[in-house]
Amino acid sequence: MQDFFAILLGTALVNNVVLVKFLGLCPFMGVSRKVDAAIGMGFATTFVLTLAAASGWAVERAILVPLDLEFLRILSFILVIAAIVQFTETVMRKISPQLYRALGIFLPLITTNCAVLGVALLNIQEGHGFAQSVLYGFGSALGFTLVLVIFAGLREQMAQLSVPPSFAGAPIAFIAAGLLSMGFMGFAGLVPN
Amino acid sequence: MFEGVTMLTAALSMTALGAGLGAMLGIAARRFHVETPPIVDEIEQLMPGTNCGQCSFPGCRAAAEAVAGGNAPVTLCPPGGRDLALQLAEVTGAGDAIESELAGFEDAAPQVAFIFEDHCTGCTKCFKRCPTDAIVGAAKQVHTVVTDACIGCDACVQVCPTEAIILRGKPRTLANWYWGKPDLSHTATMLGRAT
Repeated sequence: MQDFFAILLGTALVNNVVLVKFLGLCPFMGVSRKVDAAIGMGFATTFVLTLAAASGWAVERAILVPLDLEFLRILSFILVIAAIVQFTETVMRKISPQLYRALGIFLPLITTNCAVLGVALLNIQEGHGFAQSVLYGFGSALGFTLVLVIFAGLREQMAQLSVPPSFAGAPIAFIAAGLLSMGFMGFAGLVPN
Repeated sequence: MFEGVTMLTAALSMTALGAGLGAMLGIAARRFHVETPPIVDEIEQLMPGTNCGQCSFPGCRAAAEAVAGGNAPVTLCPPGGRDLALQLAEVTGAGDAIESELAGFEDAAPQVAFIFEDHCTGCTKCFKRCPTDAIVGAAKQVHTVVTDACIGCDACVQVCPTEAIILRGKPRTLANWYWGKPDLSHTATMLGRAT
């Protein structure tokens, strides 16, 4: 139990996917202009990442290892994760239109982005079991959501400041992201590896 | 020999995986099909389908829904341009009402007013209307446009009693020269397709 808590904390804060591992930077920059959109994106990513961690583990154990095909990991992971996300989108649209409206538009955007694929691959690299993999995926996604929402809040505030013209827009956002990343370095050592 | 076997298992297993997932998606698409208003489908067909987001909607589908619901103008799609706007107007039945909106699509380059001086009577109506003082002249004197100050707002064109003013592209100089857009209609005629 304590182990699981450590994984969750470790992935969400200490080894944050975005600010420490630098994965998933495109949605981090792209969808962080409004807090609402950031929350939607965060939940959709949480969903996909958890699913991807589970399916990645299943593909590795059921297909790649028995057939000695580990070199096809990236290809098969992309294939399976993309298909499962698409499948979920289709089903969600039928079963729960409200949920579809909230998350659906983000789902095709994150089908195997670098964070999703990266976490699935890291799981295999570190030899996690099934429950551990899922938790690792979920924790990473929580960290992603947290950072995305924080950053969106920062950018909403920054939009009202008078930024020097040469820094306006993307440059100041990058600088803020760098500072936030340094802030997250402060979590290092919180969980013993 | 051994490598050949690995290659075969790799090719076969990936094919099987792809086919299996494809079948799953195909069945899901049938089984969980959601009826959508046909007009949205029709509009989505017309759109470029690149989901570029320049219309500020997340993807062409959302844009199509907005157009169908009357929440967005038919001119919302920059890549689709004038042709798409005309088609959308036809589909949604917006008809002639959009002619004035289309004016902005005719040429993406900035437009400025130009006065045909032999038609100008020097009535000063245009220069009173000009919001940027881009028209110079005096009563009974031929007016002229300072192109650098003109914003192409169309106000002077409306009031000119002799229709001596038109909007046209800025005269090209070294300072504002740019590449022309590819002329698609020209290419189409070259390929023998009537447009």
